[in-house]
Amino acid sequence: MTGGAAPLALYVHWPWCRSKCPYCDFNSRALDPATFEQGGYRGAVLAELAHYAAGTPGREVTSIFFGGGTPSLMAPDTVAAVIDAAAKHWGLADDCEITLEANPTSIEASKFRAMRDAGINRTSVGVQALNDRDLLALGREHSVEEAVRALEIAGAMFERVSFDLIYARPGQGVGEWADELEQALDIAGGHLSLYQLSVEPGTDFFRARVPEAAEDLAAELYELTQEMTAEAGLPAYEISNHARPGEESRHNLVYWRGGDYVGVGPGAHGRVTDGTVTRATHQIADPARWLDAALRDGHATAKTVALSARERAEELVMTGLRVVDGLDAALFLALTGQSLDEVLNRAAREDLVAAGLLEADAQGVRATASGRLMLNRLVQKLLD
Amino acid sequence: MSTDLSHIRNFSIIAHIDHGKSTLADRLIQTCGGLTDREMHEQVLDSMDIERERGITIKAQTVRLNYTAKDGKTYQLNLMDTPGHVDFAYEVSRSLAACEGALLVVDASQGVEAQTLANVYMALDNDLEIVPILNKIDLPAAEPERVRQQIEEVIGLDASDAIQASAKAGIGISETLEAIVKRLPAPTGDRNAPLKALLVDSWYDSYLGVMILVRVVDGVLKKGQKIRMMSNGSSHLVDQVGIFTPKIVKTGELGPGEMGYFTASIKTVADTNVGDTVTDDRVPAAKPLPGFQPSVPVVFCSLFPLDAADYNDLRDSMGKLRLNDASFEFEPETSAALGQGFRCGFLGLLHLEIIQERLEREFDLDLITTAPSVAYKIHLQDGTVMDLHNPADMPDPSRIDAIEEPWIKATIMVPDEYLGAVLTLCTERRGEQVDLTYVGNRAMAVYRLPLNEVVFDFYDRLKSITRGYASFDYEMDGYAENDLVKVQIMVNGEPVDALAFVAHRGQSETRGRQVCERLKDLIPRQLFKIPVQAAIGGKVIARETISAMRKDVTAKCYGGDITRKRKLLEKQKKGKKKMRQFGKVEIPQSAFIQALKMGDD
Repeated sequence: MTGGAAPLALYVHWPWCRSKCPYCDFNSRALDPATFEQGGYRGAVLAELAHYAAGTPGREVTSIFFGGGTPSLMAPDTVAAVIDAAAKHWGLADDCEITLEANPTSIEASKFRAMRDAGINRTSVGVQALNDRDLLALGREHSVEEAVRALEIAGAMFERVSFDLIYARPGQGVGEWADELEQALDIAGGHLSLYQLSVEPGTDFFRARVPEAAEDLAAELYELTQEMTAEAGLPAYEISNHARPGEESRHNLVYWRGGDYVGVGPGAHGRVTDGTVTRATHQIADPARWLDAALRDGHATAKTVALSARERAEELVMTGLRVVDGLDAALFLALTGQSLDEVLNRAAREDLVAAGLLEADAQGVRATASGRLMLNRLVQKLLD
Repeated sequence: MSTDLSHIRNFSIIAHIDHGKSTLADRLIQTCGGLTDREMHEQVLDSMDIERERGITIKAQTVRLNYTAKDGKTYQLNLMDTPGHVDFAYEVSRSLAACEGALLVVDASQGVEAQTLANVYMALDNDLEIVPILNKIDLPAAEPERVRQQIEEVIGLDASDAIQASAKAGIGISETLEAIVKRLPAPTGDRNAPLKALLVDSWYDSYLGVMILVRVVDGVLKKGQKIRMMSNGSSHLVDQVGIFTPKIVKTGELGPGEMGYFTASIKTVADTNVGDTVTDDRVPAAKPLPGFQPSVPVVFCSLFPLDAADYNDLRDSMGKLRLNDASFEFEPETSAALGQGFRCGFLGLLHLEIIQERLEREFDLDLITTAPSVAYKIHLQDGTVMDLHNPADMPDPSRIDAIEEPWIKATIMVPDEYLGAVLTLCTERRGEQVDLTYVGNRAMAVYRLPLNEVVFDFYDRLKSITRGYASFDYEMDGYAENDLVKVQIMVNGEPVDALAFVAHRGQSETRGRQVCERLKDLIPRQLFKIPVQAAIGGKVIARETISAMRKDVTAKCYGGDITRKRKLLEKQKKGKKKMRQFGKVEIPQSAFIQALKMGDD
C-alpha cells in the first residue's frame, strides 16, 4: 500500500453469460456474443466510475473484481479501460489485486493472455465439477478436460489462480466427493472456493425441485472438506473459501471485514463510508435499463440507503463470523462505533461459548469449526 | 291488546345443519309478509357473521308472523329459532319449552341425522306436537318414501302426514302454514294470574342494552312494570316491550301465550339466566316454571396471547364476549411455558371454537390455544372434593383418594361400511356400547364415553374415518370414578405445564410415548440435543431425543448478498415470534395443540 490513503475495493458487474445455468440466481442473463456490441457497456461503466469517484476523494484502490455473469466474455480492451479509469480516478495500490471471473472454455482460455496484458493478475475459474455428467447437469458448456487445460493456461498467464467447485450435488455421496476433491487439490493453485449446492427460488433447479443434500450428509461433506483441504495446505479461511496462507482473496475479505467497496454495473452493490455513516448502494439490475440510465444520468444508482448503527453492526457480525479469524474487537469498535459487548446478546454468547461453538476473548469473537457449520443460527442468537 | 289464545301458535323448527331450516324460516316469513322482498336477504335469522358462515344458530330468536288461514281467521304464529348444536342443549330445551309444537325438517335425500334425533327427543320430552317435513324433494337424489319410513323407524313418529316440501323452490309452504294452524295446539294461560314468563335467551345490544327473549305463560308483561327474576330475586323496571317481525316492533305489552322481548336497563347478560322465570315484583307467582338449571362449563382450555403485549386486549375482548355469553367463563392463569393468559370454560367444543374464532376474527388477536380438557372431581385424602379444570393444577398423587371424570352418551349415525372403524374408535377411547341398531343401510351406535376422550380430536377422527358421512351428537351422562393419572411432559429436563394431560392409567404409557414422538417431529433441531420425556409422578414412562442441528450455514455471501442476508435475518426474527422460548429450547406454538392429538393424521 502506498501512502496513507483510505483503501477502497472496486466491484465491476458484467451481467451476461452465453447461457444461464440452472442453479444460478445471480443477476445474469444469456447473450448472443455475435450480435452484442460492448461499446455501450464500457461507456456506462466508465460513467459510473467517474460518478462514484467524485464522491470518494482521497481513496486508493486496493482490489478490483470483475464478476458476473461471465466477465471473461468482456473485450480485453474494455477491461483495460476500466482498470485505467480506476487508476486515473483514485490511483491503484502497488499490490492491487485485480481478479477476473472466467469460464474454462477454450474460447475464453485463448483470451487469457490479452486479459493479463489488460492488467488482470488473478483469475477465479468456474470449473464447478470434475465429472462430465455433472457438468452437463449443471448446464456448463465445458468438459473436465477443457477445464483442466484452461487452468493450465491460466496458471501460466496469471500470478494467482483460484477455481470454484459446487459439491453436495444430487446423488453425490461422501466417497464420490472425496475422490473429486482429491483430484481438485492435485491441480489447485493457491486458492479454492468450494460451495455446497443451494437451490434458490427463481432458478430452474428450484422449479424442477432438485433436492439439496440432507442435513446430516451435508454436514459430513462439509467436515470432510475442511479436513482434506487443511491437510493439503489450503485450510478454510471463510465458510466456503480455502487458501494457502497469504493467498486469500483480498477483495472478498473486504466484504467480510466491513471494508468499503464501490459497485458498478447492473445490480452491483456497494458500501461506502463517509465520516461515521456507511451508505449501501445498488445499481439498477436490468441491464437495458441500467445502460439507459447510466448513459443518460452518468450513473444508474437505484438506491442509496444510510445504514443505521444497528444495521451496520449486524452486517459486520453476519459477514465477520464467516471468516475463520472472526470479529476483531478493536476493528469492530472503529467501524461501528459500538463494542462487541454492546451488540452481541450476552446470554447467547455465553451459551455458545459453553457449547464449544464460539470463542470469545479480548481480541474478539470467532466461531469454532463446529460453530461455523451452524453459523446462521449462531448469528441469529447473537443478534437476538 | 293481546291476541286471543286460540289464535296463537308457538312453534320451532328442528333440523340438522344444511337440511334447510333457515331457508324454510325465510320462506314462511316472506309468505306472511314479515319482510318485503327488498328487505329479504338470505337467512335473516342468523345475524352474527359466524352464524351465517357456519350455518348454525347460536342465540335463540323469535319472529311473529300474521297468517290468514283458509278458515278466514288471522293467526299469530311465533317462530322460535333455536340453537341447533349439542353444546347449547340446555338453551335448546328452554326454547322448545316455550313452544307447543315443532316442525321436524329432514332432508329427503340425507335422512335423519344424530343431531336431529337429540332435538326431536327433547321436543317429545317437552310434549311438543311434531309435524314432519320432507325437504328438498325436488332434488334428483330425494327418496321421500325411504326417509319417511326412517323417521317412523328411528324416531317412532307417525310420518304418514309428512309434508313434502322444497323451501328453496317454494313447494309445500302453504301446506306447512296450514299444518301449523290445524295440527299444532294453541297455548293455554291465564291473563289474570300473576305474571309468569320463561326467560328463553338474552343478548347484549349496543343501543338497547341487554334484550331478554321471553314466552309469557300467565299474566301480562307491560312497559313500566317492575319485574323480578325468580332464580336470584333481582328486580328491574321494564323499559320497553316488543316483538320481532323480524324487525323490532314495540307493542307495550305481551299477553299469555305470546313471545317477544323486553329491556330493563340490565347491564350484562350474566344477570339474566336462561330458563329463569320472570314475574311481577309486587304480585309474584307462587312457584317458578319447572326446569331451571344454571349453565355449567364442561370443556376447558387455556388461551394465551401470541404476543405478551396483547394480554390486556385479550382480557378486554373476553370481557366483551362475556357480556353476551354468560356461559363462557375465564380466569387469569400463569403458565411457565406460555406466560400470562386465561383458563376458559365452555359449554362444549363448538362453543370453544366459536369463542376462539370470534376473538381472533372480531378482535384481531393471535392466540395460542392449549389442548382442551374436562372438569375432574378430585376426592382428596382429607375428605374434601376439588374441581380440577387444568391438568397442571393436579395435586400430588399422595394427596388424592380418587378421581372422577365426566362421561357422555354419544349417538353416532353412520353408513354400514364405516361402522367397523367407528366401533374401533369408540373402543380405543374407552367407550362402552349402549345400543347398536340398523335402519336400512345406516347404523346407529350409542356409546358411553369419557368426555376427556372426546374433547380433543374425536370429532376430527370420526369425520376422517367415515369420510364425513357420520353424524355425531352427545349429552352429558354424569361422573364416574376411574384410575386416572396426570402425565407430565418434560422438554430438556423441565416440565412443560401446558403439555401436561390426564389419562387413564392403562393408556398413559402409550399416550405418553405418542406425545414424545409427536414432539420429536414438532420441535425443530436446535444447537444441542434435547431429551423429551413423559413422566407420571417421578417415573419416566417414555423418552425421545431430538438430535442436535448439524448444519445451517449459507454457502455464499459476497457484496450483493449482504443486504439479502440481513433481510433473511429480519425474517428469522419474525419467525421466532411464532416460537415460544422454553428454557433454552424454542417450541413452535402449534406444538402445544398438535402434540396432544391422538391418531395418525
